[in-house]
Parts: sequence; structure tokens; C-alpha cells
Amino acid sequence: MSEAHAEDIKKHVRTYIMVFVALLALTVVTVAISTLHLSTFAAVTVALIIAVIKGSLVASYFMHLISEKKLIYAVLVLTVVFFVGLMFLPVGAFSDKITMP
Amino acid sequence: MQIPYTVELRSDTGLFNAKLGVWLFLASEVMLFGALFSSYVLLRVGAEHWPHGWEELNIPLATLNTVVLISSSVTMVMSWASLKLNNFKKYKMYMGLTILCALIFLVVKAFEYGHKFEIGHLPGTSTFLAIYFTLTGLHGLHVIGGIILNGYLWGPGSKMWQSAPDRFTNRVEVAGLYWHFVDLVWIFLFPVLYLL
Amino acid sequence: MDQHVATAPHVGEAHAHHEELGFLRKYVFSIDHKVIGLQYGITALLFLFFGFTLMMLMRWQLAHPNHPIPAMYFIVPIAIIGVVVLLISKFKPSLSMLVGVLFLGLAALVSYLTSGDDRMPGGIMLPEFYNQLGAMHGTIMVFLGVVPLAVGAFGNYVVPLQIGAPDMAFPKLNAVSYWSYFVGGVVMLVSFFVPGGAANSGWTSYSPLANVATTGQTYWLVGMVFLITSSLLGSVNFIVTIIQLRAKGMTFMRLPFFVWAQFVTSFLLLLAFPPLEAAGILQLMDRLAGTSFFLPSGLVVAGQPLQVSGGGHPILWQHLFWFLAHPEVYVLILPAMGILGEVIANNTRKPLWGYKSLVYAVIFLGFMSFIVWAHHMFLTGMGTVISAFFQTTTMIISIPSIIILTALIISLWGGSIRFTPPMLFALAFLPMFGIGGLTGLPLGLAPTDIHLHDTYYVIGHFHYVVAPGTLFALFAGIYYWYPKVTGRKLSDMMGKIHFWGSFVSINFVFLPMFIQGFAGVSRRLSDGAQQYAHAQNMLPWNEVMSIGAWVLGAFQVVFIVNFFWSLKRGESVGDNPWQATTLEWSAAPTPPPHGNFTKTPEVYRGPYEYSVPGKSRDFTPQNEAD
Repeated sequence: MSEAHAEDIKKHVRTYIMVFVALLALTVVTVAISTLHLSTFAAVTVALIIAVIKGSLVASYFMHLISEKKLIYAVLVLTVVFFVGLMFLPVGAFSDKITMP
Repeated sequence: MQIPYTVELRSDTGLFNAKLGVWLFLASEVMLFGALFSSYVLLRVGAEHWPHGWEELNIPLATLNTVVLISSSVTMVMSWASLKLNNFKKYKMYMGLTILCALIFLVVKAFEYGHKFEIGHLPGTSTFLAIYFTLTGLHGLHVIGGIILNGYLWGPGSKMWQSAPDRFTNRVEVAGLYWHFVDLVWIFLFPVLYLL
Repeated sequence: MDQHVATAPHVGEAHAHHEELGFLRKYVFSIDHKVIGLQYGITALLFLFFGFTLMMLMRWQLAHPNHPIPAMYFIVPIAIIGVVVLLISKFKPSLSMLVGVLFLGLAALVSYLTSGDDRMPGGIMLPEFYNQLGAMHGTIMVFLGVVPLAVGAFGNYVVPLQIGAPDMAFPKLNAVSYWSYFVGGVVMLVSFFVPGGAANSGWTSYSPLANVATTGQTYWLVGMVFLITSSLLGSVNFIVTIIQLRAKGMTFMRLPFFVWAQFVTSFLLLLAFPPLEAAGILQLMDRLAGTSFFLPSGLVVAGQPLQVSGGGHPILWQHLFWFLAHPEVYVLILPAMGILGEVIANNTRKPLWGYKSLVYAVIFLGFMSFIVWAHHMFLTGMGTVISAFFQTTTMIISIPSIIILTALIISLWGGSIRFTPPMLFALAFLPMFGIGGLTGLPLGLAPTDIHLHDTYYVIGHFHYVVAPGTLFALFAGIYYWYPKVTGRKLSDMMGKIHFWGSFVSINFVFLPMFIQGFAGVSRRLSDGAQQYAHAQNMLPWNEVMSIGAWVLGAFQVVFIVNFFWSLKRGESVGDNPWQATTLEWSAAPTPPPHGNFTKTPEVYRGPYEYSVPGKSRDFTPQNEAD
């Protein structure tokens, strides 16, 4: 293994520690906000935003997505498209329903 | 004939086989948990009454578990980095810590479940508890799967470090991708079930 | 496999190593993609035969409702097939002997099914048992028959050969997916023996009916979890194999159309099956842990209010189920279209017309198949806006299907067609799939669907797609690739008898279903709609269809005999009997050894260079350098 490579990995390790700290901080924040008992809409929005940030951190740095190959991105984009389709499922069930008058 | 690209990268994709394989597997896992999340939304929107997570569940324990699982993700990625730095001893330590964290997670979860059962809160009690037990149960199974996988790489599987170090490092990376995904699912389960 | 790979870098050694494997490693727990493909193929064909037998029992009941069913008419022919296959094997341990014994086992299973007071007291079929047969016929045909044959068998055997790969990317995983499928199949069969019999809520397992059904339904769900796992592992393997293991020069636009079809199919399996797995888990929880994901509050069953917490949604099951099951339809049809591409190009001796449009149409088809699912649910109280959305997507998805069919038909134009058995089946596929596809349009439009929903019209529609459509294409594939696998051709004469008999009789089975459906005859009636006034003049058709089914069954015996007779007596052939261009014929020996190729093939051209002007031969293999 070349020296430059080892340097790279050491740089990575520093990033991991920073991400770890950020994840802990965000966990504290989301729990703290939940004790405020906001309205459902606000609570869902805030909790999901924080969860998405945490999830992106894990995916980008721990799973190295930030510097991954194009092919992996393609697979994930496809998955996200169908995932959105899945989330459309409750909409299909509730937004437009024939009910008894 | 040898199966190509088990270790070396294919030039046009820049990947070895297992890495592409595990990402495809994770894509299907996204759809599995996605379908359950979608069902959760549908059931919640359609319910007349839906309890807040904090009324029913133990937030301090779940927060502890979140921290434990995030830590295990960090030790996992550190174990891979140690192999990249040619430090097998550190790998053993970090991988051991990862497994330990996963076990702590399960023990805490067992306490949570046990308490629920004691006070008669079963999956059949309400739709909220039903989806809670289903989602966390399925996630728990994934944790157990991760422990078995990591346990193999920590114990008998680590012999490969002597014979084929690059291939072994790849295996640890791939196992790591799976383990981070388990962590990632929990990052979403935690607010959805406990905090909302 | 690891040592295998490590110790066998040279082909000769790989072959030698292969010889050392014991019987179990070689044929049972093999990790060679060809053996696994054959395991899939044989198992799936047996399940197809069993599913067909269930249907014959149902058809007898529909033709003569509430009359005793002569069980011997079923048991004896199956036993005779078993004995004939055993005689062909000369009782030497071989595939023929195994299959002969399995047919005798099947005869025993059928004699069990046709007896017993909770199934057929005095030979008269109970409606409850009819429901089991219906549910299991659908499940077995789709999940244990056609998909494993189309994807598991053909995909496994042919894809690595066609792309020039030594094996699948993950050979051990490949074996795991076969055995997972096998266990799923066994669980399904075992469910016939539990109290209350097998699953009886239809192959769709709709809630809340499935929640209150007998134990068999739980077995069904467990079996499905195994089958889904098998498909998931298989699809990961296929995608990685196709992306990573293509031989040098095999670019994506040089892939044979069959490989493209398998590639898109694998993505459908990968991303559409997990929601059904989720739904299966939820329904298992409902049945075992007392939850009520699919049970609304205040549900009354047989006059008794159900003791559950309630709060669930029956429609949720339908959404999750059809989110899988519509892509599943394309899982059934795409590999068939892929086989067709190979057979038609080879037997017309000219390139496929519009290769690129075929490829893009298949990709678009796969993509669209994820957003049409609710067209199965127009009658669930869906409003007009959502209905309109799904109607529109359904009409859009018909466009790529038409493109594929049109391209395949135009490919025939000006070709000097060889009417070999595989080509006959392929030619029959075109109009049959056309009928199946076009009759689907009225079902995709909400106004007409309201009349036709749950009538025999629906049964006719999807059987035209799957039976004379997909199954004919699969037969074409068997006749086409049999020489590569065995080194012998199937008998042409028996093949032609099999084809013409099946082709004529199958239309007598399914065409009358449209007539009955238009008249409003409902599906899933155990007496063939005898009790309904509006169906009275439609009843004679029941007998016509049943006779058609028996004739169809009789002609399949020709195929079974042909299959085993030709193993020994078929015309012996060389490496490339069809004079084909793709790698499995032009580069691999017959039958291919472990590791497939004696020398890693290199690819210089597209897959269908037939009748290229200026060449001495009318075909130019992909691995032929200029």
C-alpha cells in the first residue's frame, strides 16, 4: 500500500469522527425537539428533515456514496424513483375515494 | 475458468462483483422497508386515533440504542480503515466493538419488549403496537443477521487475511455497507415510531 | 467454490477438478450454473404438470358440477406416464428414472387429493376443495412453474453462456436461491396435508378473507417468503453477472435480446418483490400474532363479530399485492419475448428488425410496469381522478408491448423461414400474445372494467398471455436449447404433433372464456355458474373448454415422451446445429463443460448477423473476427 493511500485513509478516519459527532448532536436535537410536542405537521417535518440529514451523512461518508461509481448512483436513482412510487400508495388509497353520500 | 472481478475492478464499471451485488440487495431492502413505511403512513392517516410514540414507548432507552447503533457504524468503518492501513490487530478490536454494540442494542431492545409484554401491550393490542413490533422486529432480525455476518468475519472468516488480504478487505467493506444500512433504517425508525 | 476458483486457473484443470466431484456435489448441491438451471427446469416443469392436473380436476367439476369425478381417469394416466419414463430409463439411476419415480409420486398425491371426506366425499368435489384447487393452481403455475422456468432455468443456463462468462457471478448464492425455491415448493405441497387443506383464498390471497382462512393460508405465506427470497437472490446474481461478467467486446448493444429481457426482468424482481414480502409479513402477523393490519373495526364473519383490535385496511393488502403482481406479469412475459427474439432471428436467417427499439421498449416496459398496479382495483371505491391516472398509464404501457410485438412480426418479413418445432411455437406466440394483449385493453379502462371485472373474460385474457403466450415461448426455448444441453435434438415429428395438437386445443380452452365473460359469468364459481339464470345458455361452453383441456393434456404426453426418448435416441448434433450466431452455440462445446468455454471468447459484432452480404455463410458468429 502506497504512502499516499495511507494518508488518504487517515484523512477519512478524521472525517468519520466528525460525522460521528454530528450524528450524536443531531440525535440530541431531534429528541429535544420532540419534547416540545409541536403540532403534528411541524413535528413530522422537523423529525424527517433531521432523519434525512442523518441518513445522508451515514450514506455519504460511512457508505462512501459521496465518491462512488456512476453505476451505483444509477441503481440508487432507480430505486428512489420506485420508492417514491411506493409512497404514492397511501395517496392512492385516501386522496380520492368514492364514499356513500 | 476463474470468475473474474471477484477482487480486481472491472475497468468500465470500476467495481468488483460483490460491491455491486450488495448495493442491489440494499436497493431491494429499501423497497422492503419502504413498503412497510408506506403501510405505516396509510394506517396512521386512516386511523381515528393514533397515539404519540412518546406516550407508549420508552424514549430514553431508544435514544441510548440510537447512540449505540451509530457508534457501531463508526467502529465498523474504522475496522475497514484499519485493514486498509494493514493493521489487523486494530481490525479485530474495532470489529469486536461493532459486534459488542450490536449485542448491546439487542439486549436493550429485549428489555423494551419484555416490559411491553409485562404490562400486556402485545402486537394485537392496537395497530400502533402492531406496526411498532413488526418494524422493530424486522429490524432486529437484520441486526441478528449482521451479528452473524460480522461474527464470521471477526472469527473463522478472518483467516482469509493471510491468504487473500485484498479479497478479505473487500468482504469487510461489503459487510460494512450492509451494517450501515441497518443503522440507516434505525435512524428513520427512531423518530417515526418514538418521537412522532 | 473459493478453492475451486483458486486452484483452477486453467481450463484443463478446471475440467479435471470437475470430474473429482462426488454425485452430491455434482448433481444435487452443485454450484455450476448449468446444473442449477437444469434443476430449476426439471422442478418447474414438474410443478407445471402438477398445476395443470389441478386445473383438469377443476375443469371436470365445471363440466359436470356435483357429479362424482372419476379419480382413476387422473391417477392412471399419470402413473402410466411414470411407468413409460421408467421404462425409457431402463431402471438405471438417471434423470429419467428420478422423473419417472416423481410421476408415480404425483399419481399418489392425486389419489390422495381425490379422496377424503373433507375434499371429495363420494367423489363429489366440495366447494371448499374447489377453492383450494383454484388458489393453488394459480400459485403453482405463476410462482413455482413459469417464473422458475423462464428466469431460473433459461436465465441460469443461457445467460452466462450468451455473454461469454464462465459462470454466474455468485455461484453459491445461485445454489441457495434454487434450494430456497425448492423449500418454498415443498411447503406449498405440504399445505395440502394440513387440516382444512391448502390455501383457499385465491392466488391473490385477498384480506380479510385470507386472514380468517384455514391453516393452509399460513403455509402459503411461509412458502411465498421462501419463493420471494429465492427470486431476490437470483435477481441480484443476474444483474451483477450481466453487468460485470460480459466477455471482452460484449457491449450492452451487442447483448442478445434474451439477455436484455432477463436483465430488465431481474430489476422487476429485485424492486417489486420486496413490497409483497412486506405484505406477506404483515399478513403473517395478522394470522399469527393477532394484529389487524388488514382487518377493519367491526368486521363480522359468519354472523359473528370478529374479536380483533381493528383499525386496519383490507385495501392496503391489494395495493401491496398488486404493486408486486403487475410487474410480475412482465416477469412472466419478458423472458418469453427474449426467447422469441433468439428463435425468430435464427429461423428467419435475418437480423431482428429494430433491435434497438426492442431494447428500449423492454426498458420502458419494465419502468412503466411499476405505475399501473391500481388498474386491478378499479372496483375498490377508487375515485375518478386516481382511476384516470392509472387508466392513462395502462394505455401508455401498451405502447412498448405493441412495439415489441410489431418488431418481432416485421422480423419475419422477407425471411426464408425454417419451420422447425421451436419456430412453430414462436410463430404461434405472436397472434396468441396479440389476442391476450389486446383483450387486456378493455380491462385497463375503468368503464368497461366495471362490467368485465372478475368474469371469465379476465381469466381468458391473462391465460392467453401466459398459456399460449409465455408457455409456447418456453416450449420454443426448450426445443431450441435442448441440443446444447444434451447434444441431441428433440424429435421433429413428435415436436410437430405436440405443437399442432397444443395450438388447436388450447384455443378451445380459452376462447370460450371471452364469450362467457361478456355474458357476465363470474370466475371462481365451483359449479360453473349453474345457479345463475343469466348464465344458463353459457353452460355448454364449460364442457367444450373441459374437452379442450383434456385434449391439450393428452398432447403434452407427447412432449414428455419426446423429452426422455430423445435423451437417448434423438439425432446427435454438433456444437452449432441451428447455425446460430450467439456465443452459447458458436463458442461453447456441446454440452458445455464446467467453466463453459475452452478459451475465453472475444466478441466482435452484434448478436444477429445473419445473411450478411458478401460472407460465405449465412451466419456470422459474434466471436468471429473480421
